[in-house]
Amino acid sequence: MSQKHVIPAGDWWVHEIKEGGTLRITDLEGNQAADTLFFSAADPTERYSADQTIQEQASLYLTTGTRLMSTEGNVMLEITEDTCGRHDTLGGACSRESNTMRYAHDKECMHACRDSFIRGAQEWNVELTKRDITCNINFFMNVPVSPDGGLSFADGISAPGRYVEMVARMDVVCLISNCPQLNNPCNGWNPTPVEVSIS
Amino acid sequence: MTSLNPIFRRTLTGAGMWSGIISRGKRLRLTDLSGGANVGMLLYHAAERQERYNMPDTLKGQHIFYLREPYCLHSDMGRLLASITSDSVGWHDTVCGHSNAALVLKKYGGNNYQDARNDWNRNARDCFLIELCKWGLGKKDLVPNLNLFSKVVADEAGNLSFVPGNSKPGDHIELRFELDTLVVLNTCQHPLDPHPAYRPTEVELQVSGGSPPSPDDPSLLIRPENFRAHENNETFLALSRP
Repeated sequence: MSQKHVIPAGDWWVHEIKEGGTLRITDLEGNQAADTLFFSAADPTERYSADQTIQEQASLYLTTGTRLMSTEGNVMLEITEDTCGRHDTLGGACSRESNTMRYAHDKECMHACRDSFIRGAQEWNVELTKRDITCNINFFMNVPVSPDGGLSFADGISAPGRYVEMVARMDVVCLISNCPQLNNPCNGWNPTPVEVSIS
Repeated sequence: MTSLNPIFRRTLTGAGMWSGIISRGKRLRLTDLSGGANVGMLLYHAAERQERYNMPDTLKGQHIFYLREPYCLHSDMGRLLASITSDSVGWHDTVCGHSNAALVLKKYGGNNYQDARNDWNRNARDCFLIELCKWGLGKKDLVPNLNLFSKVVADEAGNLSFVPGNSKPGDHIELRFELDTLVVLNTCQHPLDPHPAYRPTEVELQVSGGSPPSPDDPSLLIRPENFRAHENNETFLALSRP
């Protein structure tokens, strides 16, 4: 039995995935960043940790075989299939506040991922708060780091129909913000829907 | 420049830990007395502690994968918490996180308090959580941290290597705080440090007086993003101060 749902650009989605269940995220039209947080369903204080995941793999990019680690040092999910190639976990999520810093003060009015995260977090069974919104995964986003230490937001390496699939190693709550950012190439300057399916 | 009259001076030995609120304009200078030190650090806006150091905004706001003078440490609210005003090291990590009890046990073996008394093996996660709790914070506030004095480089494929010998005895970094800031730090080893021995190092903390930056400050001018974040600080202060 599989459940499918299309998340329009700029919208959020929050859902539980049981241990052993599979989550597939499909980039329907290409070059769309799916900003994603995971929490332990049993204890949301335990959540996805970008730094633990980087440390565990001694690697910056996420792809097939990557274990998505929790703040408690446990494996939350494992990526089992990836037709995109690599995914980011350094870039974080856009916010209206950070848009003023990154682009211009008059960009404050533009919709941003952290507002979507806040609304999704508030609507989960256990109310989550700003403190629960930590550094996320950006599926399908390309943030290359150079050996001399440069970091940039580059054009996507994703394409229509590419997907990433992961198996839950504990009961997790998945919170996705389908990124509305229009000020950099992370969504190919045109935010589009992504599809989530759970089986 | 070593300040002649520091307000506060403390030498941390072993896997030492410390936390305190340092007000806007003051400087915190950290000196690696032994060489090869690592200082795990987290920063919170003292007045609004849900506002905290944000690794992604710091990196993407400055288009950089590591930190050095004159770059800034950004909060998650579009503001600056601190600027690096002096730095003899040149590369400080912020992506690798911190050690936990399982990692320290695996790397260095068991060495508990019962057997070793205060020479026991501590880990950075415990140190962060202990100090955070004293300010009303906890597990939810433990976000990706700074690893001052440590260098980790990425190859084209994103594979990371720890660079030994990045910091020499006497090397320092100095931070100027741009808002009143809660500083939480410890001197546990970097989680990717391949050295097989649990190595306590000595780090000196020194806090001295100072002023907020002028508009032509190098930390504000290195990136227009930093200047706009500074303007957000000014707005916050103009609205919130009596």
